[in-house]
Amino acid sequence: MTDHNTNTTLFLERRSYRRRRVMDALRLLPIVGLLLWLFPVFWPNAKDGPDAPASVSMSGAVTYVFLVWVVLILSALVLWWVLSKHSGEASDPPEQQR
Amino acid sequence: MISVNQLVAVSLVYVAFLFAIAFFAERASARGRSGWLRSPLVYTLSLSIYCTAWTFYGAVGYAARSGMEFVTIYLGPSLVMIGWWWVLRKLVRIGRAQRATSVADLISARYGKSNLLAIVVTLMAVVGVTPYIALQLQSVTLSVSIFSNPTDADVLSQSTATFWVACGLAIFTVLFGTRNLNANERHDGVVIAIAVEAVVKLIALLAVGIFVVWGIAGGIGPMLDRIDSSPIGEWSMDRSRWVALTALSAAAFLALPRMFQVMVVENEDERHLQIASWAFPLYLMLMSLFVVPIAVVGLDILPAGSNPDLFVLTVPLAEGRGGLATLSFLGGFSSATSMVIVATLALSTMVSNHIVMPIWLSTQAEGAQVSGDVRNVVILARRASILLIIFFGYLYYRLSGGGAALAAIGLISFVGVAQFLPAMLGGIFWRGATRWGALAGLVVGFTVWVFCSLLPSFGPDAVLSAAVFDHGIAGLGWLRPQALFGVEGIDPTVHAIVWSITLNMVAFLGVSLVTFPQPLERLQGAQFVNVFDHSTQARGWDAAPATSEDLMVMAQRILGPADALALFRAEAERQGVTGHLPEPTQGFLQALERELAGSVGSATAHAMISQLVGGASVSVEDLMAVADESAQILEYSNRLEAKSAELSRTARQLREANEKLTALSVQKDAFLGQISHELRTPMTSIRSFSEILRDTDELEQSEKTKYASIIHGETIRLTRLLDDLLDLSVLENGQVSLNLDTGNLNDVIGQAVLSAGGDRSTRLSVRHENAELDHPLTTDLDRLRQVFINLITNAQKYCDAPQPELHIDAMDGGDGLRVVFHDNGTPIPAESRSLIFEKFSRINDKDGSGAGLGLAICREIMARLGGDITHEPRSDGNAFIVHLPVRAAMAAQ
Repeated sequence: MTDHNTNTTLFLERRSYRRRRVMDALRLLPIVGLLLWLFPVFWPNAKDGPDAPASVSMSGAVTYVFLVWVVLILSALVLWWVLSKHSGEASDPPEQQR
Repeated sequence: MISVNQLVAVSLVYVAFLFAIAFFAERASARGRSGWLRSPLVYTLSLSIYCTAWTFYGAVGYAARSGMEFVTIYLGPSLVMIGWWWVLRKLVRIGRAQRATSVADLISARYGKSNLLAIVVTLMAVVGVTPYIALQLQSVTLSVSIFSNPTDADVLSQSTATFWVACGLAIFTVLFGTRNLNANERHDGVVIAIAVEAVVKLIALLAVGIFVVWGIAGGIGPMLDRIDSSPIGEWSMDRSRWVALTALSAAAFLALPRMFQVMVVENEDERHLQIASWAFPLYLMLMSLFVVPIAVVGLDILPAGSNPDLFVLTVPLAEGRGGLATLSFLGGFSSATSMVIVATLALSTMVSNHIVMPIWLSTQAEGAQVSGDVRNVVILARRASILLIIFFGYLYYRLSGGGAALAAIGLISFVGVAQFLPAMLGGIFWRGATRWGALAGLVVGFTVWVFCSLLPSFGPDAVLSAAVFDHGIAGLGWLRPQALFGVEGIDPTVHAIVWSITLNMVAFLGVSLVTFPQPLERLQGAQFVNVFDHSTQARGWDAAPATSEDLMVMAQRILGPADALALFRAEAERQGVTGHLPEPTQGFLQALERELAGSVGSATAHAMISQLVGGASVSVEDLMAVADESAQILEYSNRLEAKSAELSRTARQLREANEKLTALSVQKDAFLGQISHELRTPMTSIRSFSEILRDTDELEQSEKTKYASIIHGETIRLTRLLDDLLDLSVLENGQVSLNLDTGNLNDVIGQAVLSAGGDRSTRLSVRHENAELDHPLTTDLDRLRQVFINLITNAQKYCDAPQPELHIDAMDGGDGLRVVFHDNGTPIPAESRSLIFEKFSRINDKDGSGAGLGLAICREIMARLGGDITHEPRSDGNAFIVHLPVRAAMAAQ
């Protein structure tokens, strides 16, 4: 009996815990995106002058930017999906943190 | 090759199609079947008005000129959407809670419903956005001109084309944008039309892109090779622009009036925002996916000197794909029209609510109480504003000549509207932001923007002379439009962004820090910043002077008679008032103000109500709620809680005291009853026998002696009773003084046994020969002996065993000395045990000689001595245990 009770509370807490971490990921995602998209600033640049290392090719740059984009969209999609799946059963008040 | 006439016909059919869709959407919405109109998909698509003709055509041109830089315009909004949780969530919640109708309304509501701020924001928005509208007109005209042969030129000259486009847009916006007065009732027709246009422009761009990649380049691999071998084949990026433009587009996405309109005002459900958080970035990504390939192929196959801004059209045309080019044209047309419609709608709401209405109200002598329907005025004002704004756009286009200067206006417009951002974000995240701070930030930012970005965009010697460019205003070197404070070498756009936003923020923060907000401002600030904590309005109206009739008249003129009546009746029902006029309670006035704010903006609604009501009152509770940060409120509530706990504690104590008093009163009554009874019995016999002695002459001596002895015995008993009572009273009142002395327990017991008559006079045999009894102690020995005597005489009286015995033992417990008096009589019944120490309780008193005070006195004595006396039933009798405290027991050792 006691065991059963312990397991139930543990399960609920875990679920609510998971939800909180999903929210954390959601908040973190734009920051990750910003860092990834700011990264091209460090690429060697054709305007740097003749001594600079060979600059990144345009196709590579296009691929990088769009790859990041796709990853961000997919992450946001997954997070939304997980959150909306959890939203009905979450017992904690939705505005725990601001 | 498609002729211009065909193109015009296609456009007209397309526009007719949009009108039809908008019309049916409005009809469906009016019938209450608007569920599908309000799906997350439509919401996401309506956000796509961010992608205007400038991005549709311009992105390719931008890419052809500067490579990947175009993508920054999409990266910023993508990040904002993906990070919806940080800002958009709060913005949408506030917009809905406050029923904000526009950016200006939001900012004005935050800073104490200041109309001055609303006017400033409105003017800035008009100045910032009108050129953008001109840009849309230009792009449509330019795209038409691509299709025109030299022979067609006179059929449809550029300026007349622009004029008709402007007219069509104005008609559409007036028809569908001003059907509803209440901005929060939303424009279903407009929203669905722009959603359709969003699909059209996406399909158009994707179609051209797919044609370019697979139709011309021959697949993804060859396309990538082609990109690398093109003139823009190397990563060549101005780093500061990459960062600044990403930030700028994010800021503009939040601050653009048209984005606020679709994102906040037209938002139906906050959950749609979550879906848009990934769907809208997806849309943006698809919109920009083929931009670079189109630009590369355009640069490749078209003759040098072709306008890269029109590659989206010219590439399919050069390949002989007239149909694709027409689709592409429709895409660009869609981008332009949807942007103009929504931007005009947003601006016209701002202009009519914040400029026309206040002026109109102030020109009316009677103020808000003028008769007639205000709705007509508002709608008229809004329609006039729409026409005026589109006319401004047209005028700007004509005056600027539609040259290259216009092409740069997109970014310039972004920098202009980005000036709203500090006041907006500061307002929703920082309670310390004040009205004057916001005003200072806006004005400073706007001024810097005009000087560093807008005016220089016309080129040297257009508005600003070349001398100003080179040497600054009045020859002051630090006032050069592209090298403010002498900092040179920055890209002009980055320069304008950095300086305008920085100075804006410095002014906003600095002035906010030194000024003090008004009460209403602080209340609104608290509601904005803590919108998730309490969604209720905390501010109140002092409703006394307002009559419901006046309010009703005013509400009817703004909301319409039917709606106003329904609103008032519902409230009257809620209040339980008969009739349709509710009491003007604070809650009702707030609800009414919010309702009116949806139609005419918060500042105007506030002004109208305050005209009737006589000004908002900020009550002490309101101030308390805001006066300080939540910590203080928390502290206040903690204090209240503590007070409440203290009160309930006191109440409990009072209740207990009351119960005790009642019990004591009962006890006192019982005591008086007892005592009169106890005194009466001996008195009665004394009187009777003395009467016999007095009145009967023939008494024998033996009888006289007998009667006299009875009287004597009774007086002795009476005296003893009175002694006992006196003793008890003294003990109970604590007036007794103890004579501490040192002695031996054994001696005390021995004396007690002797005093009680020992076992000589009675049958009771007392045994007290125990080593433990040889115990020194310091206490009031006389009083202790009195207790012992009492216990021994009790045993003599009540022990009913055939061979009565009393054992006196002592045990040295950890906490003191226990002296046990153990007899072998019948154990006292359980129900009587609790009573034996009470006054006048006599159990099994056969001869009635006891007053029932002995044990009560024993208990009082023991309490005075610091110990106690208890009774324990034993299987073979009763045990009275006298408990002497350690102090008394040990002191003598």
